[in-house]
Amino acid sequence: MSDADLLEFEIENPVAPYLRQERLPHIWCPGCGIGTTVNCFARALTESGMNLDQVAIVSGIGCTGRVAGYLNLDSFHTTHGRAIPFATGLKLANPDLKVVVYSGDGDLSAIGGNHLVHAARRNMDLMIVCVNNFTYGMTGGQVAPTTPLGATQTTMPYGNFENPFNLPFLADACGAVYVARWTVYHVKQLAKAMLEGLRKKGFVFIEALAPCPTLYSRRNRLGDGVDQLKYYKEHSKIVNGSDTKDVGLTFQGDFIVGKFVDRERPTWLDAMNAHYSQHFGEKYVPYGVSHAQN
Amino acid sequence: MHADPKGVLTGIHFIDGDHAACEGALAAGCRFVAGYPITPSTEVVERFAARIPLVGGVFIQMEDEIASSIAILGGAWAGKKVMTVTSGPGLSLMMEHVGLAVITETPCVIVDVQRGGPSTGLPTLPAQADMMQAKWGSHGDYEIIALSPNSPQECFDLIVKAFNLAETYRVPVFFMMDEVVGHMTERVVIPAPEAIEIVERKWTLKKPDEYRAFQADDDMVPEMVKAGDGYRIHVTGLTHDDRGYPAMNPQAQDKLVTRLVNKIRANRDKLVDVREDGVEGADVVVVSFGITSRVAAAAVEAARHKGVKVGHLRLVITWPFPAKRIKELAGRAKAFVVPELNMGQMVLEVERAVAGKAAVISVPHAGGTVHEPETILARIMEAAQ
Repeated sequence: MSDADLLEFEIENPVAPYLRQERLPHIWCPGCGIGTTVNCFARALTESGMNLDQVAIVSGIGCTGRVAGYLNLDSFHTTHGRAIPFATGLKLANPDLKVVVYSGDGDLSAIGGNHLVHAARRNMDLMIVCVNNFTYGMTGGQVAPTTPLGATQTTMPYGNFENPFNLPFLADACGAVYVARWTVYHVKQLAKAMLEGLRKKGFVFIEALAPCPTLYSRRNRLGDGVDQLKYYKEHSKIVNGSDTKDVGLTFQGDFIVGKFVDRERPTWLDAMNAHYSQHFGEKYVPYGVSHAQN
Repeated sequence: MHADPKGVLTGIHFIDGDHAACEGALAAGCRFVAGYPITPSTEVVERFAARIPLVGGVFIQMEDEIASSIAILGGAWAGKKVMTVTSGPGLSLMMEHVGLAVITETPCVIVDVQRGGPSTGLPTLPAQADMMQAKWGSHGDYEIIALSPNSPQECFDLIVKAFNLAETYRVPVFFMMDEVVGHMTERVVIPAPEAIEIVERKWTLKKPDEYRAFQADDDMVPEMVKAGDGYRIHVTGLTHDDRGYPAMNPQAQDKLVTRLVNKIRANRDKLVDVREDGVEGADVVVVSFGITSRVAAAAVEAARHKGVKVGHLRLVITWPFPAKRIKELAGRAKAFVVPELNMGQMVLEVERAVAGKAAVISVPHAGGTVHEPETILARIMEAAQ
């Protein structure tokens, strides 16, 4: 085919309308999995049919923390670890917004761990996308609360001896109403989980395992991004509804993906409105009711 | 515009400063508060939690002060007037988000009911030792505004002003109370809503395609929108350009930081709020703020009885510091006496403004109680020699 023939087939990238084109190219390394998760998120947004003016995205700091800056939504790039409390304020001050927190494992579970557990406990109506690449990428590959035992990182130069978090188990125990884990190999499932997450009311936690070829894979002699995708493909097992205590991760071992939790609990705002309506009777005007009726 | 009547408890009350500050916040239109319990500030949020369900708004007790101080910034970007309330140890935890509020130009009020420090210090006893922290506590270069009330009535009146200034300049405004002002009970008159002037947020009238979130007008303060309005804003703690996009180079840094600092510095004269008593022609000028100003007033009276020509200048807005006014007086008065419940903080500003043209006498106090008027009087008499 000639170039002219090809032009006839030129179609816009379906993700393009969701990105701030003027901000591209992005900062992520070749083989990084974060962009794949963004692709899945854009697909989920398309399928959700939501009014994108009413969707806000909040990130913390780190490689995944840059997601907010590339998405063509109301977007907030906050401080390290504090995306969830910022998002809590945003949601409570305007309950009509669908608020998504999109950040990395270090940001959300180390420095931001306290906020993660309390937002889940409160069933704050937030969708959390946690891109887990087992490391601190932005700062050069330090050990994270998710680094598997035995993996080498710059601050664990002889191999990690600290027990890592099982994030779905943590989110489940704290009260999240939707908990899933997929990898960037499982793009359809990940996009579907994000779609379900956007439609779910309450605290949603989606863990997306993603390669960091520059600082995790290479340092551990695991090859490049494609090699990690092969690992995800060959060593993952889909067990929807798995007990989250069984889904812990080991260094390059077999692991479980799937949708683990999908249940109903009143959100913080619904609980507040129900409680105050009961306490004050007709004097109380339910707060943010247009959202409650959605 | 005038206050929303829903938040205004018009009438004569007998309440403490913490409660009055809460009522002032409600009158100012504050409808979202995130806080964490800490003595001696907790009564402010306790009252807010009790009042807000029927006023219409939200209080949430967060998991810590770090969370509280950023939850309010989220609340502001969703369109609400917001506040958090704390004391020393909590203020220390909030410092990173003071910087975020500054660089993202998020209007908010941070109430600090000061207690003795450092560290856990004296949880139930007063100090005025966070004055420099309010000014300098977060990293990087920036300017903020701070007010120092000296009575429950002022806790009401001045916190309304604090909210108005936060909106006018899009900066965090510190409301620097102390344990005595917070816990003393006095008569507080809350006016009718139409007698309370409220500054609305500087909302843009521009359409999304012509709006740039951090493009400032001549007053150096950009127009604001809120999430959900269809503007698809990007707000970041990184150095950014007019669109709000990260721009990490010396030129963008110079442009942004210069504006953030100058929007306050250029308005320093407008932001002077001092209460003067007999400073013109005085040989000695006492400079004080907050609860110490009430003790100092007694010392000034006593000194006058002893024939000393002494004036009293009280700082109501403590930051920015009214250096120009102090400088004017420095040419005439021979000494300044600066009592404060710390080991000498605002006295450094007085020294800077006086620049050697008069004696500056610090009257420090480590906190835990207020000065004895006699202590201040002794220094006034010494200064008058």
